[in-house]
Amino acid sequence: MPSYLEEYLPLVIFMGVAGFLAAALLIAPFVLAFKAPDTEKLSAYECGFNAFDDARMKFDVRFYLVSLLFIIFDLEVAFLFPWAVAFKDVGLFGFWSMILFLGVLTIGFIYEWRKGALEWD
Amino acid sequence: MNVAAVFFYLFSAIMLASAFMVIAAKNPVHSVLFLILAFVNASGLFLLMGAEFLAMILVVVYVGAVAVLFLFVVMMLDVDFAELKQGFLQYLPLGSVIGIVVAIELLLVMVGFTQSDAALGAGASPIQANVSNTEALGLVLYTKYVYLFQASGLVLLTAMIGAIVLTLRHKPDVKRQVIADQNARTRADAIEIKKAPSRAGV
Amino acid sequence: MTDGWLISLLIMLGKSLLVLVAVLIYVAYILYADRKIWAAVQLRRGPNVVGPWGLLQSFADMLKFVLKEPVIPAGANKGVFLLAPFIMAMLALSAWAVIPVADGWAVADLNVGVLFIFAISSLGVYGVIMGGWASNSKYPFLSALRSAAQMVSYEVSIGFVIITVLLCAGSLNLNDIVLAQDSKFGVFGWYWLPLFPMFIIFFISALAETNRPPFDLVEAESELVAGFMVEYSSVPYMLFMLGEYVAIVTMCALTTILFLGGWLSPIPFAPFTWVPGIIWFILKATAVFFMFAMVKAFVPRYRYDQLMRLGWKVFLPISLFMVIAVAGVLQFAMAQGWR
Repeated sequence: MPSYLEEYLPLVIFMGVAGFLAAALLIAPFVLAFKAPDTEKLSAYECGFNAFDDARMKFDVRFYLVSLLFIIFDLEVAFLFPWAVAFKDVGLFGFWSMILFLGVLTIGFIYEWRKGALEWD
Repeated sequence: MNVAAVFFYLFSAIMLASAFMVIAAKNPVHSVLFLILAFVNASGLFLLMGAEFLAMILVVVYVGAVAVLFLFVVMMLDVDFAELKQGFLQYLPLGSVIGIVVAIELLLVMVGFTQSDAALGAGASPIQANVSNTEALGLVLYTKYVYLFQASGLVLLTAMIGAIVLTLRHKPDVKRQVIADQNARTRADAIEIKKAPSRAGV
Repeated sequence: MTDGWLISLLIMLGKSLLVLVAVLIYVAYILYADRKIWAAVQLRRGPNVVGPWGLLQSFADMLKFVLKEPVIPAGANKGVFLLAPFIMAMLALSAWAVIPVADGWAVADLNVGVLFIFAISSLGVYGVIMGGWASNSKYPFLSALRSAAQMVSYEVSIGFVIITVLLCAGSLNLNDIVLAQDSKFGVFGWYWLPLFPMFIIFFISALAETNRPPFDLVEAESELVAGFMVEYSSVPYMLFMLGEYVAIVTMCALTTILFLGGWLSPIPFAPFTWVPGIIWFILKATAVFFMFAMVKAFVPRYRYDQLMRLGWKVFLPISLFMVIAVAGVLQFAMAQGWR
């Protein structure tokens, strides 16, 4: 087994043990607990009446915009990680290269701000 | 048997199965959830190849961001899926012709694929043994591949502008909070003291 | 050969179990502390019946959850409905595999530890979305949308804050990040001082990322009943709560590692350096949690538009600017030959 993988085996085992604990807890009440279901108990929560229609409805397109912008900034952060680690070795050129990259994205950010894409209404 | 090989087959098998379920699942939200499972297994495969950084970034970007967007889109779609299924037979002949053509093309590419020695030598940077995966990436990305790096910055800028142009709709008559105005309010223009005579009102 | 494998496998299993049980017990007392602190601020007593001073309250709660009837609504997607709390709890616990509680004391000492935790915390949003969607009920659905947008918004600034720490430390390994803060200045050599604005932004973003008050719009009782957990009962509910509190404790531990010198002693000479690192670590993490609890006790809940404004228009530009500023200062220092 290559050396870089040695650290991942304990991780897999740890996640397995954590998953086992969570699964054991999740199954426990279905085995142990008293059950008496009825239609009222199993209906969806509403303020005193039965739900009119399916709960999954159309929602504001703004949520979509937020997650789109998030993807872009997340990618930006992803580009920053190797840069931060190799910062001492990439030298002045690497530094200015990243400043230029961030500058381009700052233009986009300012555009967003001016357009009001960051407002929530 | 080698532990790494066991995990390779495990990840590949789960990934192929969940990739199949993405197209086979009836409920589109289930499809996206299977897609997420496929991404996670792909990141496991990256790990096995030694690409630690890419594996983590795959989870952060694809699972943590892109799939959230997919879920939003799928949850937002208000499509009658039973109706969509009706058209299935109607499109079957055309769809299968396209599918076969693409499959033949892929097969031709795979059979006829060769790589010249010059191309092999030109692209790759030698990997130093004592440098971690992330650092090795950082050492070349910002200097040797600076043009590609800047180009990706421009792609991101385009995406940002495109997202706004496509989805930004301002609702009319929205009253927004203006914090500067709130802070600029003083006692003098907010409060008025009036002497109200008894039994006369203001 | 096979024996050696088996023994090392058993050791890994034992280590994992030990860490998990320790984390769960710590979380049980963190829950208790949370309730006690909140009560003390409001001049109440808090839990004081089960065990001496109520110390066994959390365990009694757990037993009760296990023995309660699990209700699955008739309209719910059963598989996803049960998968959501499982994923939430399992992912939150998994983060503890890479956290070093003392020098080298991590179950898995990954080269990319910070990224792993960043990835795990970005997956936390799935428990919420899946739970809210699978319930097939209005309040959970609205809450799931809201919280997804909220968690996603604050993750960006958390990412930038982590970058500034990485710039100073030069490694993604959590152990190395702590060791990079080791200096003869002790408490003043840790990153909270040079990166003070980032420390504050990280703390507040951590509150938002873990849906703690004042950013608990996910379960805003006054408008969404109990948010995405409305339809949950019994252990599935408990797993959500557990996942939430484990995520909070993880954020406290991460704050300790990134800004408060991990297991390092605050006073870097003799009698204090004899104290085992794990004790310093627990003390620091608990102190950070105390701040979490105090914020919950006396800050009113944010409104949603204010929350988004804070994330996108205040934290994002400040942290982006600070990344450039810190990089500039470091570059200058390197040019002068100081580093």
